[in-house]
Amino acid sequence: MSISNIFGIAGTALNAQLVRLNLTASNIANAGVVAPSEGEAFKAKRPVFQALLEREKLNAGAQYIGGVKVEKIVDDQTPAPNIYDPTHPQADANGYIYKSNVNEIGEMVEMMAAARSYQNNVEVVNTARELMLRTIDITKT
Amino acid sequence: MNILPDTFGIHETALRARSRQLELLAANLANSDTPHFKARAIDFKQLLGQAQQDALKATNGRHYALGNDSGSPDAVKYRVPFNAGVDGNTVEMSVEQAQYGKAATEYRASLMFIENRTSSIKRALRGE
Repeated sequence: MSISNIFGIAGTALNAQLVRLNLTASNIANAGVVAPSEGEAFKAKRPVFQALLEREKLNAGAQYIGGVKVEKIVDDQTPAPNIYDPTHPQADANGYIYKSNVNEIGEMVEMMAAARSYQNNVEVVNTARELMLRTIDITKT
Repeated sequence: MNILPDTFGIHETALRARSRQLELLAANLANSDTPHFKARAIDFKQLLGQAQQDALKATNGRHYALGNDSGSPDAVKYRVPFNAGVDGNTVEMSVEQAQYGKAATEYRASLMFIENRTSSIKRALRGE
């Protein structure tokens, strides 16, 4: 039945948005991390979403078709800003430290967008649940 | 006794189509942040056309077949966006929300029609 598919679809979306929200939280938490080299510097993490289409045969049956999944998590390739600070304990031989490339304002916007998408899908579930209950109640009238 | 198909008429098919529409819209909303995702929805006009064609079955070998004019068999079509996103996503949150609300109301309407029919059958059975 289609209505019960909605729970599966919205569930995948809630899951994906939660991953996105988690990554944002992780990025903001690590915004102040410094490293002694460019390679070791913290890179902001971004989820890549992918739609679950009909052609993907899922073990769980058809319930999640049309939903979304986090295909992979990629590093933001923006170069890490370096700062000359020879007194810093993490400074390299030339006296530079490498900060994370997290843009905190961008992360806040990302967080709000993820939260809105999450709320949207909660609302979808609520409406579907109400419709399903009413469908079950058909026989009572 | 073939009471049920005649009792619910088009509403049974309609309810199924409405719930399919809700499912598609839920999928659109779920993929509002997926790159290259194209929003889809049911074209109810085409669906009604198909339902009417089913009613007009060719009963004689010399009857012309009624051409299925266009579109996918389940009348699912891609939405034409007002402003497509730069990542190729055509889900517009406000449009989809409004359509989801509309589809939910239409589902309730179909449910109400069916409820009315069931209550009349019950009244008939009770002999009121």
